[in-house]
Amino acid sequence: MSSGNTQHEKYYVPDSSIWPLVGAVALGLIAYGAAHYVIEWSNQEAGFGHWFLLAGIVVLIVMLVGWFRDQINESQQGLYSAQMSRSYRQGMSWFIFSEVMFFLAFFGALFYARMIAVPWLGGASNNVMTGEVLWPGFEAIWPLTTTPGGIETQAMGWGLPLINTLILVTSSVTLHFAHHGLEHGKRGALKLWLAITIALGLIFLSLQIYEYVHAYRDLGLTLQSGIYGNTFFMLTGFHGLHVTLGAIMLIVMFARVLKGHFSKDNQFAFEASVWYWHFVDVVWVILFLFVYIL
Amino acid sequence: MSTVVDTHLDHDDHHDHKPTGIKRWLFTTNHKDIGTLYLLFSFLMFFVGGTMALVIRAELFQPGMQIVDPHFFNQMTTMHGLIMVFGAVMPAFTGLANWMIPMMIGAPDMALPRMNNWSFWILPFAFIILMSSMLMPGGGPAFGWTFYAPLSTTYSTDSTALFVFAIHIMGISSIMGAINVIVTIMNMRAPGMTYMRMPLFVWTWFITAFLLIAVMPVLAGVVTMVLTDKYFATSFFDAAGGGDPVLFQHLFWFFGHPEVYIMILPSFGIVSAIIPAFARKPLFGYASMVYATAAIAGLSFLVWAHHMFTTGMPVFASLFFMYMTMLIAVPTGVKVFNWVSTMWRGAMTFEPPMLFALAFVILFTIGGFSGIMLALTPVDYQYHDTYFVVAHFHYVLVSGAVFSIMAAAYYWLPKWSGYMPNEGLAKLHFWCSVISVNILFFPMHFVGLAGMPRRIPDYALQFADINAVVSVGAFLFGFSQLIFLAVVLKCMAKQGDKAPAKPWEGAEGLEWEVPSPAPYHTFDTPPTIEEPVR
Amino acid sequence: MKASLYRVLCAALVLMTPAAYAQTLQLNLTRGVTDVSQSVYSLHMYAFYVCAVIGVIVFAAMFWSMFRHRKSRGVQPAKFHDNVKVEIAWTIIPFLILIALALPATFLLIDMEDTDDSDLTVLVTGSQWRWDYEYFDYDVRYRSNMATMREQVYGNLEKGQNYLLEVDRPLVIPTQRKVRFLITSDDVIHSWWVPEFAVKKDANPGYINEAWTRVEEPGIYRGQCAELCGRDHAFMPVVVIAMEPDDFESWITNEETRLAEQRAEEERLLEMQMDMSELMSLGESVYVAQCAACHQPNGRGVPGVFPALAGEGVSVDPNGIDEHIDVVVNGVRGSAMQAYRSQLSMRELAAVITYERNAWGNDTGDEIQAADIHNFIQGNNN
Ligand code: HEA
Ligand code: HEA
Ligand code: HEC
Ligand code: CUA
Ligand SMILES: [Cu+2]
Repeated sequence: MSSGNTQHEKYYVPDSSIWPLVGAVALGLIAYGAAHYVIEWSNQEAGFGHWFLLAGIVVLIVMLVGWFRDQINESQQGLYSAQMSRSYRQGMSWFIFSEVMFFLAFFGALFYARMIAVPWLGGASNNVMTGEVLWPGFEAIWPLTTTPGGIETQAMGWGLPLINTLILVTSSVTLHFAHHGLEHGKRGALKLWLAITIALGLIFLSLQIYEYVHAYRDLGLTLQSGIYGNTFFMLTGFHGLHVTLGAIMLIVMFARVLKGHFSKDNQFAFEASVWYWHFVDVVWVILFLFVYIL
Repeated sequence: MSTVVDTHLDHDDHHDHKPTGIKRWLFTTNHKDIGTLYLLFSFLMFFVGGTMALVIRAELFQPGMQIVDPHFFNQMTTMHGLIMVFGAVMPAFTGLANWMIPMMIGAPDMALPRMNNWSFWILPFAFIILMSSMLMPGGGPAFGWTFYAPLSTTYSTDSTALFVFAIHIMGISSIMGAINVIVTIMNMRAPGMTYMRMPLFVWTWFITAFLLIAVMPVLAGVVTMVLTDKYFATSFFDAAGGGDPVLFQHLFWFFGHPEVYIMILPSFGIVSAIIPAFARKPLFGYASMVYATAAIAGLSFLVWAHHMFTTGMPVFASLFFMYMTMLIAVPTGVKVFNWVSTMWRGAMTFEPPMLFALAFVILFTIGGFSGIMLALTPVDYQYHDTYFVVAHFHYVLVSGAVFSIMAAAYYWLPKWSGYMPNEGLAKLHFWCSVISVNILFFPMHFVGLAGMPRRIPDYALQFADINAVVSVGAFLFGFSQLIFLAVVLKCMAKQGDKAPAKPWEGAEGLEWEVPSPAPYHTFDTPPTIEEPVR
Repeated sequence: MKASLYRVLCAALVLMTPAAYAQTLQLNLTRGVTDVSQSVYSLHMYAFYVCAVIGVIVFAAMFWSMFRHRKSRGVQPAKFHDNVKVEIAWTIIPFLILIALALPATFLLIDMEDTDDSDLTVLVTGSQWRWDYEYFDYDVRYRSNMATMREQVYGNLEKGQNYLLEVDRPLVIPTQRKVRFLITSDDVIHSWWVPEFAVKKDANPGYINEAWTRVEEPGIYRGQCAELCGRDHAFMPVVVIAMEPDDFESWITNEETRLAEQRAEEERLLEMQMDMSELMSLGESVYVAQCAACHQPNGRGVPGVFPALAGEGVSVDPNGIDEHIDVVVNGVRGSAMQAYRSQLSMRELAAVITYERNAWGNDTGDEIQAADIHNFIQGNNN
C-alpha cells in the first residue's frame, strides 16, 4: 500500500517539540505579570508583577531562540519541502493581514474622533444640544489643541516626519536591492544593502525618539493630552514598535547572511522579514498622510 | 465515489510512532491530539460557564436578592458570556477543525503543527488568568461580556488589567489557530481536492478563519484602548478629552458581530455534512451553500451597529445598518431551504447526530426570526437590552452552535474513539435537551417583551412566574448535559460497540475511508480525489 | 419553597394557554399609550406574523419529509441536488418580504427621530443609580431615586405592588404635548426607557441624545434603566406621571415656588445650629437614600469597589474634616464618587457628613454645620 502515488512528494510532519508549550508559558507569565505590573504601577504600590513580566520575557526569548534554532537546523538539513515553504509564506501573509487589521482599529479611532466625535462635541449633526448644553464654548477643530475638558496642547508639525518618510521609503528600496542581490547570488551586494537598510531603520527610530522628546518637552503633547495626543502616540508608538521588531528581524537576517545562510530557493525567513518591513513602511506612509499632513 | 486512499499503516517511518505519557499531550504536533485537547478543554469550559449560568438562574428564580450580591451577579453574567463564547464554543470549533479538516482534505496534518500546539496551550493560561481575576479585591470583571466603556475603564475594578491581558493572549491563540486552518486549506489539499469539491465543513471553516484573522486584531486594539483609558489617562472613550464612549461600541461590535458568525458558520458546515448523510441524498445546492456562506461573512462586516440602535446614531446610519442586517436573512434563508430540500424525498433515519441536526435547523431558524425582528430599528428600541435579546442569542448559540457541536460529537465520536456512542443514552440526552432548552429559553421571549431588562439580579413582580419556569428549565437542561458527559466518557473508556470505518450508511467524505479510530497519522502520501466529495 | 413550586406549576399552565391569562400575565409587547408606541406594536406584530408564516411553511415542509421520506417506510432516496429555478425563487422572495418589512420601519424610525417643534424640553441625566430631571424654561430640577426599600429587596419586608418600579419623585409631563427629552449621563452609560412610550435612549456621558413623546392619556408610566451601569443597575427605575396640561402648569409653578422657598430657607438656616440628634437623624435618612447603595447601609462598602467608611479613611481621621467635606461636596474625579454639591442642600450635606463621622462606631464626636459647608464652598471659590 505504501507505494502510494509516486508523482507526489511525501508530506513532512515536524517532530513534537517543547517550544510551543514554553511559548504558552511565556505568554501566560507576560500577561499575568504585565497586568499586575500595571495595577501596581498605577496604585503606586510594591509588588511582584514586574518579576513575572521579566520572567515571561526571558522565557519568551529562550523559546524564540530555541524554536528558531530547531527550525534553522531542520531547514539547513533540507528537511523542508516546497509545500512547507508555501505554508510558511501563506502563514506570514495572513499574519501581516492580521497586523493590518490591528492598525485599522487605531486608524478607525482616529477617523471616528476627527469626523464624528469632535464635531459632535462641537454641536454637529444630531448633537446640537451636546455642544450647546454640555460644552458651550468648545471649538471643534483638528488637531484638537484644546479638549472639551480644557487640556491644551500643540499640534505636531510635519517637517521631521517628512524626512522620516523619505528615510523609510528609501529603506524599502534598499531592502529590495538586498533581496535582488540574494536572488542573483550577489552576496556582497546583499550584505551591503541589508546593512544600509538596518542603518536607515535605526536612524528612523532615533528621529522618532527625538520627536517624542520634542513633543513632551516643547509642545506639551503627551499621551494624556486628549484624543489628538492619544491617537498620535498610539499610532506612531505601535508603528515604532513594529519598526523595532522589523529591525530586529533584519539584524537576525544579517547575522544569518554572514553565516552563509539562504539561497535562491531557501530564503523564507529572509523574505518574511522583507515583507514585514514593506508592510511597516506602507503603514507609515498612510500614517504620515492622516496623522501629520491632513 | 472513487478515491485512492493511502492510509500508510505500516510503520516504516520514524514519525509514525505514537509518543506516550504526559509528554505526548504537552509537546504534540499531531492534529488529532491537539483536536482532542481543544475539545476536552471546551467541554470543561462549557461546564464551568454553565455552572455560572445556574448561579444566575438560581438568583433569578424568585424576585428579591437571595443568593448572591448584585456585584457578584454581574461578575457571573460577564464571566458566563466570556467563558461560553471564548472558552466553550470557539475552542470546540477549533478542535473539530483540527480533527476533521486534515482528514477531510486528505492532508497528513495541519500546515503548521507546532504553532498549532502553541495556539492550544495558550488557552488554559488565558482562562486561568481570567478566572483568577475573580479572586482580586473587588472581584472580577463585572461589566458584561461586551465591557462597554466607561464602565470597564474609569468605573471598573483592578481586575480589568487581568481581563485585558487575558483577552490579548486568547486573541493571539485564536489568530494563530485561524492562520493554521486557512493555510492548511489553501495549501494542504490532496490532488484533485479542488475548492469546489471541499466538504462544506471545510468551506465554512475557511471563511470563519478569514473572519477570525480580520476581527480578532480589532478586539486586541479595543482592549488596548480600554487599558490605556483606565491606567494611562488617555481619553478614547471620554468626552472631556475629545473621545466618545460610543466609539468603544463601534470598535467592539466591528469585532463582535463577525464574532457571532464565527460561532455559527462552522455549525452550518457540520449540519451540511450530517443532513445528507442521514437523508441518504446529496446536499442540495452545494454551490449556493458556499456562496451564501461567503455572503454572510461579507455582510457581517457591515451590520455591526445593529447592537447600537439606541446609542443615538443619526437616522441614516441606523437605516443603513438596519437594511444590511435584514439582508443577511437572504443567504441564511438559502441555507435553511437547502437543508430542507436535502431532506425532501430522501430516505431519512434518526440517529443521534441527525436528531441534533434537525433540532438545530428548527431552533436556529427561530433564533434567526427573532434576529430579524431585532433588526427593525424602531422595534429594537423596545427589545434592546431585554430578555428578548437574551432569548434570541441563546436560540442561535445554545440550540444553534452548541447543538451542532453535539451533533458533530455524536457523528464523529466513532471516528475519534473507535467506539459507537451509546445510542440509548444519546437519544435520552437529545430528548431531555431539546425539551428543556425550550422550557429554558422560549419563555425568555415573553419576559423580554413584557419589559424585563437583561443583566439584572432582581426584577419586578410581574416577571416572577416566567422566571421561575426559565430557571427550572435551566437546571433541567444543565443536568441533561451530564448524560452527554457519560456518553463521551464511555467512548473514551472504550466501552460499547466497536465502530466500523464508516458507521453511518449514507456518510460521505474522506474521513470515512480510513479505519476507526483514525490512525495516528492519516495520510502520509496524499490520496487522489477524482470525484466531488461532499 | 412550596409557594414557588406552586408558582411554577401555575406558570406552566399559563404558558400553555396564553390567551386565557393574557390579562394577568403580560406575554407580549405593550401597546403603549402614544401613537408611536402603537405603531411600534403594530410593526412588531407584523414582523412576528411574517416570521410565523415563513416558519410554518418551512417547518411543515421539514416535518412532511421527516414523516413521509423516512427510510423505515422503505422509500428510495431521490438523486437530485440542484435546481437553479427554485434557488433563484427562494433568494428573491425573502428579499421582497424584507423590503415589505423595511418600508414601514423606515418611515416609523424617521418619525421617532424627529424631535423638532417640541412644546417642552426636559434634560434627563443618569448617574449611578438615579435620574436627574431638569426642566428647560422653568427653574425646576430634582433627583429621582428608587423608593423601594432595601428591606424589601432582601426579603425582610413584604414586597409592594410596584416593587423596584417606584421612585420618590417621578418625572411629570403634560399630556397632548410634544415633550422632548435630552438624555445624558454623569458617569457610565445608562439608558432611559419607558416601554409605554416606546422611548429608549442611551444616556452617554458627555453627549446628549434626543427623544420625544406625546402622551394622550394621563397616567403613571413605569420603566427602568436599560443599560448595564454597575452594581445597582437593577435598582434604577423611571417613573413618569402624565397630567392634563392645566394640571401640569399648576404643578410646575407650584414646584418652582416650592424650590425657590426651599433655597431661601436654606440661606436662612445657614445661620442655625442643628443639634447632634437632629444632624444624625437627617444624616441617616440622606445616607440611606443617597450613599448606602455604594457604601452600604453598614458603612462597610464593597471591598475593592466602594471604600468602607466605618472605622477607616477620612471619616475617622480627626484631621480629615476638610477632606471629608471636599470628597462629598466635589466628588472624586475619575471615580464613581460624584459631587453632591448641587444634589444636596447644605443642611443635608452637613448632616450626612456628621452622620458618617459618628455612625457605626466611628464616634469622632465631630459636628458639622451647614455653615461649615457654606464656608468650605466659599473658601473653595476664592
Ligand atoms: C451564533 C450567533 C448569532 C447569530 C447566528 C445571530 C444572527 C442574527 N442576529 Fe443576533 N445576536 C447574537 C448572536 C447571533 N445572532 C448575540 C450573542 C447577540 C447579543 C449580544 C449582546 O448584546 O450581548 C445578538 C444580538 C442581535 C441584535 C441586537 C439586539 C439588541 O441588542 O438590541 C440584532 C439586531 O439586529 C441581531 C440580529 C440578528 C440577525 C438579523 C441575525 C441573522 O443572521 C439571522 C438570519 C436567519 C434567519 C432570518 C432565519 C432563516 C431564514 C429564513 C427561513 C429565510 C426567510 C426569512 C425571512 C424573510 C425573515 N442580533
Ligand atoms: C455559546 C454561548 C452560551 C451558552 C452555551 C449559554 C448557555 C446558557 N446561558 Fe447564557 N449567555 C451567553 C452565552 C451563552 N450562554 C452570553 C454571551 C450572554 C450575555 C452575557 C452578558 O450579558 O454579558 C449570556 C447571558 C445569559 C443570561 C442573562 C444574564 C443576564 O442578563 O444577567 C442568562 C440568564 O438566564 C443565561 C443563561 C444561560 C443558561 C441557563 C445556559 C445553559 O445552556 C447552560 C447549560 C449548561 C450547564 C448548566 C452546564 C452543566 C453543569 C452542571 C450540570 C452542573 C454540574 C456542575 C459541576 C460538575 C460543577 N445566559
Ligand atoms: C456610585 C457610588 C457611590 C455613591 C452613591 C456614593 N459614593 Fe462615596 N465613594 C464612592 C467611591 C468609588 C469612592 C472612592 C473614591 C476614590 O477615592 O477613588 C468613594 C469615596 C467616598 C469617601 C472617601 C472615603 C475615604 O475614606 O477616602 C467618602 C467620605 C464618601 N465617599 C462619602 C459618600 C457620601 C456622603 C455619599 C452620599 C451622599 C456617597 N459617598 C455616595 C462611591 C460612591
Ligand atoms: Cu443605569 Cu443601568
Ligand atoms: Cu450582531
